[in-house]
Amino acid sequence: MNAIEFLIAAYVATWLIHGVYLGTLAMRFSKLRQQLRELSKGK
Amino acid sequence: MKRVFPILWALTALLLAYSTYQALVVAPTEQTMGDVQRIFYYHVPSAWTAFCLFFANLFASVAYLIWKNSKADALAVASAEVGVVFCTIVLITGPIWARPVWGIWWTWDIRLTTTLVLWLIYVSYLVLRRFSDTAQTPILAAVLAIFGALDVPLVYFSIWFFRTQHPQPVMGKGGSLAPPMLHAFLINLLAFSVFGVMVCWTRYRLEVLRREVEQAQAMDSLLGSETSEKVSLPLGRSAR
Repeated sequence: MNAIEFLIAAYVATWLIHGVYLGTLAMRFSKLRQQLRELSKGK
Repeated sequence: MKRVFPILWALTALLLAYSTYQALVVAPTEQTMGDVQRIFYYHVPSAWTAFCLFFANLFASVAYLIWKNSKADALAVASAEVGVVFCTIVLITGPIWARPVWGIWWTWDIRLTTTLVLWLIYVSYLVLRRFSDTAQTPILAAVLAIFGALDVPLVYFSIWFFRTQHPQPVMGKGGSLAPPMLHAFLINLLAFSVFGVMVCWTRYRLEVLRREVEQAQAMDSLLGSETSEKVSLPLGRSAR
């Protein structure tokens, strides 16, 4: 691997981790909102 | 606030795009290390953001211990989780930089080891929050957070007090950066700090929502059990 490849690896890894984490946050949000909707429907 | 939130996220994304452009295109290439030095523009701001989030976790934990405020506890959970994400990036980008520069991925150097210990402390904090659900959990977690935060200054000052392979600070005591590099670095520091605040704020909102859902579910099951008690009462009497 040359310097550019290490640089690309570091930047890709950074945004991959942030992307995956933000994706899980979005999924958790939608799941909780759905649960809240179901609970309010039940009432 | 609901309308402001997406606007702030859009501004943060623009700032991050601009800071990445500064790091990859505008900043000059370092003479000794070459392009691999540009990892520094992500590595150091990630470490700075992680430290700030761990300090936010410390203040929120102390606030929870004093006032037993549920919002402080939610902030403690949010800041710890986002801090771990940024600290993970530090631990990944560091070895990627070290391999071509030092010739090794990892060494048990004081700065690297204390950073790994810091990461492990906050991962154990998150494991405690995830798998223990008693009334004592937030108190235990807050105490653990105080011990965890003690490692942050140790990580930061380790390169001053011990002989280490890790590069010296680039700002303040022990180092200096060329003005175009300093400009790119400061923009990345700002962009990562704003990004860290936004992610932490999002996670905090998620935590508040999760607690609302839990409360609503508890109320629902309580009301449900009361209704079934009323229905089952005549049956109980007739059985007697």
